[in-house]
Amino acid sequence: MRSWWALAAAGLLLLPWHVQQDGLTPATMLALGAGEPDMASALTQAVAHGRWWFWPALLALPLALPGLVTGRAAWLLAAGGLGLLAIAAQGLAVGVMGWTAPWLEAAFGPMEDRQFGIGLGGACAVLGFLFLFTEGLARRGLFRGDRFTAGAVGLLALCILLFTAWPVGTMLAQVTTPRDGVPALDAFWLRLADRKVWGAGGVFWNTVVLASASATAATLLGLCFALLVTRTALPGRRALRLLTVLPIITPPFVIGLGLILIFGRSGLVNQAAEALFGVQLGRWIYGFDGVFLAQVFSFTPTAFLVLIGVVEGVSPTLEEASGTLRASPMRTFRAVSLPLMRPGLANAWLVVFVESLTDFGNPILLGGSFGVLSTEIFFAVVGAQQDFGRAAVLAGLMLGLGFGAFFAQRAVVGRRSYVSMTGKGDAGLPTPLPGPVRRLAMAVALPWAALTLAVYALALLGGFVRVWGRDWTLTLSHFARAFALERAPDGALIWAGGAWHSLFTTVQLAAIAAPLTAGLGLLAAWLLARQQFRGRGLLEFALMLTFAVPGTVIGVAYILTFNVPPLELTGTATILVICFVFRNLPVGVRSGMAAMSQLDRSLDEAASTLRASTGRALRTVVLPLLKPALVTALVYSFVRAMTTVSAVIFLVSAEHEMATVFIINRVINGDYGLAIAYCTVLIVLMLAAMGLINLLVGRRRLGRRAA
Amino acid sequence: MSGAAVMLEGIGKSYGAQRAVHPLDLTVEGGTLVTLLGPSGCGKTTLLRMVAGLETPSEGRLLIGGRDVTRLPPGARNVSMVFQSYALFPHMSVGENVAYGLVSGGMGRREAAKRAEAALEGVGLAGFASRLPSEMSGGQQQRVAVARALVLEPEVLLFDEPLSNLDAKLRRSMREEIRALQQRLGLTVLYVTHDQGEAMAVADRIVVMQAGRIAQQGTPEALYTRPASRFVAGFMGEANLAEGVLGPDALDIGGLAVPVDGRGLPHGPCPVVIRPEAIRLHPAGTPGALPARVLRATCMGGHAEATLETPIGTLFALVPGGFALTPRPGPAAVTLDPAGVVPLPRD
Repeated sequence: MRSWWALAAAGLLLLPWHVQQDGLTPATMLALGAGEPDMASALTQAVAHGRWWFWPALLALPLALPGLVTGRAAWLLAAGGLGLLAIAAQGLAVGVMGWTAPWLEAAFGPMEDRQFGIGLGGACAVLGFLFLFTEGLARRGLFRGDRFTAGAVGLLALCILLFTAWPVGTMLAQVTTPRDGVPALDAFWLRLADRKVWGAGGVFWNTVVLASASATAATLLGLCFALLVTRTALPGRRALRLLTVLPIITPPFVIGLGLILIFGRSGLVNQAAEALFGVQLGRWIYGFDGVFLAQVFSFTPTAFLVLIGVVEGVSPTLEEASGTLRASPMRTFRAVSLPLMRPGLANAWLVVFVESLTDFGNPILLGGSFGVLSTEIFFAVVGAQQDFGRAAVLAGLMLGLGFGAFFAQRAVVGRRSYVSMTGKGDAGLPTPLPGPVRRLAMAVALPWAALTLAVYALALLGGFVRVWGRDWTLTLSHFARAFALERAPDGALIWAGGAWHSLFTTVQLAAIAAPLTAGLGLLAAWLLARQQFRGRGLLEFALMLTFAVPGTVIGVAYILTFNVPPLELTGTATILVICFVFRNLPVGVRSGMAAMSQLDRSLDEAASTLRASTGRALRTVVLPLLKPALVTALVYSFVRAMTTVSAVIFLVSAEHEMATVFIINRVINGDYGLAIAYCTVLIVLMLAAMGLINLLVGRRRLGRRAA
Repeated sequence: MSGAAVMLEGIGKSYGAQRAVHPLDLTVEGGTLVTLLGPSGCGKTTLLRMVAGLETPSEGRLLIGGRDVTRLPPGARNVSMVFQSYALFPHMSVGENVAYGLVSGGMGRREAAKRAEAALEGVGLAGFASRLPSEMSGGQQQRVAVARALVLEPEVLLFDEPLSNLDAKLRRSMREEIRALQQRLGLTVLYVTHDQGEAMAVADRIVVMQAGRIAQQGTPEALYTRPASRFVAGFMGEANLAEGVLGPDALDIGGLAVPVDGRGLPHGPCPVVIRPEAIRLHPAGTPGALPARVLRATCMGGHAEATLETPIGTLFALVPGGFALTPRPGPAAVTLDPAGVVPLPRD
């Protein structure tokens, strides 16, 4: 408790309150009494520079003192609450142009001064006050009197509020931004009623039709794969399972590029058709067909992964029972197995629907004039229109679709959908597939698997060919342009390749984000799975809702919100890391939940009756036993941070360019060779990262002797 | 180390609208072993977990050694608990497991390890400290769990169905060990079980619970010989239920006058519990006995279990003696031993 007070005090008294333009150095760290107001601590700004709006927050410090001495909850609650409110209020009220709203000026008189975004000092003060507040709540008996739980819930709630609720709210408020002298509300209706959105071929219907088509196709294909792998003795079905790894390690453009190299204007098929039959196949790949094809290739493995669990979840005992009741295998399959899989199938469909909804890479590459929400939002923000209001309206529509899918999913899978089912198989052997079904599944799935491999192979081959379709000479020049290393005359190494910069940035930021994601995700999972407190249901719901916000929406929301104080993050690496952490948090939560459900609850209870504080129980008992989940969360969040594009495309800057954005820029310039070379390197890198993290974190030591 | 008294004052627990434990009072005297006995879902485990601090009571007060601990987290209560699954940390050695609570409390590792070794010795596991829990048998794991709880010298020791994962033979010897340990160290123990035999073997007092309330509490003998209701009678051992008429001198059951203790119950018709061992079989036509018919009889080795059809209903009887003495199906007669016949209050 004292240390949290000290943290708040340091943030207010010693550290520079605002973000420092030239970065933090040891010299500027101590900002008590700095001459330049923007480099000073809050106390100095209030005393020496007349920035009176810091006084309420400063006042919260002495207010907490009686609480520290007596341990009375009321003082802690008052001080923490006042501190948080005062910081939020001053940050929102005073911006770079003085007062942020006319009514503030009317109330407090004109403001000559201005301030920039909150920096290290502000962040420390917020955290300090937050934990003082939660400490007070715990002392009041909330969260079963547990300060660790209270603090963790407070931290999570603050994160959700700051990095999802507030940005999304800000973005939605932008839908009424006036345009060309049109009044606010009219501007909103104009944008919403736009024919380009709702008309035939409008982006909304385009998106819905594309997502539905992709979801249906991918689910059916995925089911065929899942049935083959789990219910037949097909040789090589283990290898089929490897398909499920593909979407994880595939940068977003590989499939699209592969399709272009096959079906594009200078693609293999077109060239062959022209050479053999003199037929011009044209550019059909650019448009709905191409995007659909690419999405089905991309998302079938995802549906496959979901459906493996679904098919394995069908209790063999029920099928055996059906068999003993004289049902033929076909009838068992139709009357027992398939209906039992129905919720799972619906879930897989919705998962792919959302994937397609938020997909940016395939539509931007292959869409041509076929616009979907994600690409239209992008063009509304970065294109010539620069119409944030339009972006906000479109993003609002996407948000609606995302939430719709989310609620449908909850309805289908049930409330506890988030806790992955423990695959506790009951006795009995799964019934083999009826012959016709098996033949159908094989006829569909095996060619598709071969096609997928062909697309990948050709895509990667493209990196080693001089100019696809014209000059088939094998070459390493694309790799050289991207990743050349040279020696300067003085012997120093020069990273001459064009891709090094973005690669380093990507790896660095992903590496920073991965442990944060895993830590926060596992903490959230532990709170939801293990702790009982009032508001747990609300927290879970809020968390799941934040996960349902599409990445594109987050991207737009972030640039609209974090462009200006109090959180001025646009163009920094921080915003990218935050984006990664919150986009990938579900991975951490999900693996944590799954692992936690396998872990006997009495283990942490035993620790707590054995005098261990909640924090110690978590550290010494839960965490060591969760190592596999930790590895999963680390690997996935790292890898996904490296391949994500939908949100970061809005957030990158020249200084912090990401690999995926670099690739898409090469693609837009028609430089496929380099793009593919880069993708290849990324895939290799991600496989290496997965192996390395596995090695570092190590195996769980359970001491079960191998029999 | 001697145990402190535990007092529950109006302690209750509800989950939303559903009541798991109705507000109840219960005292566990210092140095005694009290079992909470009842079918699954009766609230006995919830009650135990509230004493441990793993659940927060919805109402009431909990005092341990006179100190109000209602709102204290588990670690601050000076209780320890032996879990049904033992909850031994699988990634720590046996020694680390036993020392865990001491280290949590701030003791140095070396001192903690020394005390853990001593505690293990106390449960007959000297020299096992470096093993992993998974390398030990069920009974040994049970002892480790007990040692881990005891080493903290708690004021109150809690057992949550500690023997349910052991086989029948081991269960018998473990419960004797637990009882011996409790008496040697003068521990206050609250012990949850659904096995009445286990409860009778270890308890000073038994609290029978039914649907979130205390149905009856008392010594094992009191509960067996003077049950307060059909439920308690049925849960404490086997019981045949019949109807009788209580008079000033005797209980009339189907014309058979049984001179029982009236327990101060009002005279008139009342339900009656007839223990299986109180039923005496006689040859058919014995005067002063009820006519009966043996439907089935199975010899269990040392005694036989018989199902009898009588004017007062179908009775389940225990007949002493081995195979030679097992009754054959056919006509017979029965009398009742007053010691095993208990009139119940009308409900």
